[in-house]
Parts: sequence; C-alpha cells; structure tokens
Amino acid sequence: MHAEPKVKPSGAALIDPAKEAMLLAALYIAQEQRGYLTPEVIDRVAARLGLTAGQVFSTASFYTLFRTKPVGRYVIQVCSGVSCYLVDGAEKVSDYIGAKLGIRPGETTADGRFTLETVQCLASCGTAPALRVNDQLYENLTPAGIDAILDRLLGEV
Amino acid sequence: MTTWQPVLLANVNRPNSEKITTYLAHGGYEALRKTLKMSPDQVIAEVKASGLRGRGGAGFPTGAKWGFIPKDAPVKYLAVNTDEGEPGTFKDRLIVERDPHAILEGVIIASYAVGAHRAFVYIRGEFFLGVKRWIKAIADAYQYGFLGKNILESGFDLDVSLHRGAGAYICGEETAMIESLEGKRGEPRLKPPYPAQAGIWGQPTVVQNCETLVNIPHIIGRGAAWFASIGTEQSRGPKIFCVSGHVNRPGNYELPLGTPLREIIYEHAGGVRMGRSVKAVIPGGASTPFLTADKLDVPMAFETLAAAGSALGTGAVVVMDETTDMVEVARRVMSFYVHESCGRCVPCRLGGHNMLHELDIIASGQGKRANLARLEALTRGIPGITFCPLGTGMCEPVASGLKLFRSEFEERVS
Ligand SMILES: Cc1cc2nc3c(=O)[nH]c(=O)nc-3n(C[C@H](O)[C@H](O)[C@H](O)COP(=O)(O)O)c2cc1C
Ligand code: SF4
Ligand code: FES
Repeated sequence: MHAEPKVKPSGAALIDPAKEAMLLAALYIAQEQRGYLTPEVIDRVAARLGLTAGQVFSTASFYTLFRTKPVGRYVIQVCSGVSCYLVDGAEKVSDYIGAKLGIRPGETTADGRFTLETVQCLASCGTAPALRVNDQLYENLTPAGIDAILDRLLGEV
Repeated sequence: MTTWQPVLLANVNRPNSEKITTYLAHGGYEALRKTLKMSPDQVIAEVKASGLRGRGGAGFPTGAKWGFIPKDAPVKYLAVNTDEGEPGTFKDRLIVERDPHAILEGVIIASYAVGAHRAFVYIRGEFFLGVKRWIKAIADAYQYGFLGKNILESGFDLDVSLHRGAGAYICGEETAMIESLEGKRGEPRLKPPYPAQAGIWGQPTVVQNCETLVNIPHIIGRGAAWFASIGTEQSRGPKIFCVSGHVNRPGNYELPLGTPLREIIYEHAGGVRMGRSVKAVIPGGASTPFLTADKLDVPMAFETLAAAGSALGTGAVVVMDETTDMVEVARRVMSFYVHESCGRCVPCRLGGHNMLHELDIIASGQGKRANLARLEALTRGIPGITFCPLGTGMCEPVASGLKLFRSEFEERVS
C-alpha cells in the first residue's frame, strides 16, 4: 500500500462560500455608485470578497443587468416578447421611440441622456405593451402614452 | 360558466393588499398557527393528500418533494422561486407585489414541514417593486413574531433572506437558481443529485414556486379534502391562468384546474378582440406547443393538455387570432430562448443560434426549401440531448408550428 499523494488545496477551495454568495449584491452596490462596472470596480469587489477579478468578471458578464459600459441617464427597455408583439408592441414601440430620439436599440443619444434597448418579457404580458425606464415600469402603452413619458423625461433632464 | 370565488387571488385587489395588517385582517397567518400545533409529518401528509402539484412549470407533486428531504440531515434549506420570466407568464409578479404575505406564510409552513431553519427568496432582478415588497413583508413578519426565533412560542426558528437575480431567465431553473444564490454564473447543475438531496451549499433544499406556496396556507387551513375536491383526477386545486394576446380582457384569472380553455378565453377573458376567431393558443407559456382552434374544449389540466399534445406549464395562455403570422411568432419565441441560453452546452447554444438563423431567413421571404429542411432537422435533433430542459423546450414552439401551420412556412420559401 502506498500513501495517498498530498494535494494542495486549489484556489477554489479557499473561497469563502458565504462571501461568494454576496457577489451579486456587491456588484449591484458597486454599479449603483459608478453607473457601470469599471475594471477598477471589478478588482475592488474581487479583493473584498476574496475572489479573483476573472471570477468576478465571469459572473458579472453572465447577467444582463450588470453593465461593463456606460449607459444613458435613462435606459429605456422595450419588451420584445410575444405577448407584447401581438398587441402592437415590441418593434412598433422601439421603432417609434427610436425615431423620436434618433437612436436605434443598443445606442445612446449623443448627449448621454437616453439609451434604448429591447429586452425579453417583463412579466407584464396581461398589460402589454410594456416598457421600463430605469426601475419604473410602464404598461398598456399607446403612442400618446409614450409621448407623455418621453416629454416628461425630456423635461426632467 | 364556472363560478369560482378566488382563494389565491382573494387579496390582490384590496386596498393596501401588500400590508401585513390587511393580510391579518382577512385571516392571514391563521394557517401558520394551526400548522405549529401539528407535527411536521402531519403537515407533509396533508399536503400529499391534497394532490398539490408545483405551479412553476413542471407540475411535480409538492408533498412528495417535501418527503424526499432527509429527516436526519442537520441543515436543510427552502428556496422560493420568484424568477418568473417565461413569455406569457405574469402571475408571480402580481402576487409578490400585491400579496407577499400569502407567499411568506406558505414559506414558513413549508420550512416547518421539512425542518428548514433558513429560507432564501430568489427574485428576478427586474422586479424592482417586488424586491421592495418582499423586503417589507419579511421585515414585518419578523416584527410580528412570524419569523426569527421561537415563532409564536412554538420553539421553531426560521430566518428568511432576499436575493436578487440580475437578468437571466435560466436562473428560474432550480439548479441554476442555486448556483446564482451561491454567487456564481447561473448555469444549471447536473441532476441527480436533485436539490432535495444536495442543493444550496450541498445541503438538502426544497425549491418551490410562489404560486405553489400560496396554496399551502389554504390546504392547511381548509384541509386537504377541500383542496382535493377541486379540479380533475390528476390536477387538483385552483390555478392562476395568465391570459394575454388577442383577447378583450387580458389578465390573471384564478379558476379550478380543468376549466375548459374555451371558457377561459371567451367567458373570463372576454373573447377574441374585434370579434375575430382563434387561430392558435399557447396554453402554458412559451415552451409549450401550440394548440389549434379545434382544441379549445380541452380542460386546462396537466393530463388533458398532455393528451392534446401540449402542456399546462405555467398556465400562461397566449391567444392568437386569425391574422397572426405564425412564422413570426415562432421566430420571436426562438429569439427569446437563444437570448436566454446559458451557453453551457453546444446543442442549445449553437443549435438555438442556427435555428434562429434559419427562421430569420425564412421570415424575411428570402429562404429556400433547404432552410426549412435544416430548421426541421434541428428541431428533431436537439430535444433530449441538451444539458437542461431549456434547450429541449426551445424546439417545441417551432416544431409544433411546423407541424400545425406548415403551409405558412412553406409559402415563405421558394
Ligand atoms: C428553463 C427553466 C426556467 C424555469 N423558470 C422558472 C421560474 O421562473 N419560476 C419557477 O417557479 N420555476 C421555474 N422553473 C421550474 C423550476 O426548475 C422548478 O421546477 C420549480 O421552481 C419548482 O417549484 P414548483 O414545484 O413549486 O413548481 C424553470 C425551469 C426551467 C427548466
Ligand atoms: S440547455 Fe441551454 S440553458 Fe440548459 S444548460 Fe444547455 S446551454 Fe444552458
Ligand atoms: S411579452 Fe412583453 S411583458 Fe411579457
């Protein structure tokens, strides 16, 4: 019989699971402070939680709500789901807004005020069409309703 | 028309429905008091006898799941799935925002039954109001002694914490949810082991959908016999049907399982808009196959929908009228799944991408018969070989579209 070889614990074995479980919450806090996750922010979160920057970036990049690029002050997210599509939402709404703001989905206005995005189902299918501006949900959209939302946001900035 | 006095949604339209005082004023937390006088085994037996099956899509018997949790395990967990994101589904968001205590009471009873002293609420990151409502509900429950140490002097302890997802539909799959709760990429785990054997941090974990949990206080409060008397042979109790698309009154309708699809569409949801006729229905959320208009009399239950070639899924009924472009519907549903594929396995990641590519070409009118043939081959080849059900589920709408509305696809190609 020969002795089992001694295995040095790998890096992963040293991770504190309780700290790792804080990662999503930490990324939310960091993103709230900076607007998006800069390489420095990723490094700092990694150091605080005892993870590698690669690990933090890998996890952050999996989730669509974490951003590694700056976005406009108002992020308009138009639902492109099937229920919204059926009731004249989806592209009809994003095209309408895009024409008004002069941008296409994925773009930000030159003044950095608005970013337009299309997203998956917002769980508002019964009150479709739906969109969200930052953390505010708007449902049962009509052209007049969209105009009112944009006018209000334009007035606010 | 079925007359049904809502039980699960009884609270949601009351003023200040989300408040603990409103919940208490209408009999809230009474079932918890009753539970704490029962033994955990009695609670599990009651839930088993009720016939309740999970409302998150898979329909697994809830009592049986609780019975799988090993009694002698020192640490056990409960996880609440509030990750709702399947196109067409909008019931859990409603309950979380309007009646969070109805879920929480179910959480406490379920935790007591399986012997968990820690419960995790996992909520979809986009549910901003839901996050606020959950936080407030948990805090108030602590204050009223429904959570924390020695709940209602019973000697039972339970702590609940809230965890926000961050935009990934796949995290609704229970093992991906557990990965995400642990702070990782939300990629599904291999099953077995099932979460009941090894879940969060390797400990036995019960994962339950919000709507499933809302049923629990009613089963304990009114008794398993009451619950089992509602519905069909294999589908007991009330169900929330989310009706959207081309109907006059879209919305959430709570009805007994087994209510005919036709009644849900025409009597409850006000019929098809502009007096048009139904062309197709997605009966259970985006991954369930289409039904054609000749199937409208199907009772909305697990076994009857399976016999009709589809599935109850989440109970999300998407109605499409005669003007609907089925190629476009199939393309849109596919684009959802391609966007939400976690990328872990090739058939789903690459196969989904390729199916969407073919659908894009076909929908544009530039396609050839070869595109259609390639699409069809993919929908045949992918199911069953993916790491988790998402990859298989993504093929269903296209495969059923090709089967039921073939001429629409063929007209688009040359
Ligand atoms: C791709 C995928 C997504 C899912 N999304 C959800 C979801 O958003 N909410 C949910 O409750 N269950 C979802 N499920 C089902 C869960 O894996 C699990 O079966 C369910 O949460 C168990 O609870 P139940 O028995 O109470 O239904 C999903 C499953 C798959 C395969
Ligand atoms: S089937 Fe899709 S979602 Fe599931 S593990 Fe494979 S790549 Fe991920
Ligand atoms: S499809 Fe747009 S909210 Fe569900």
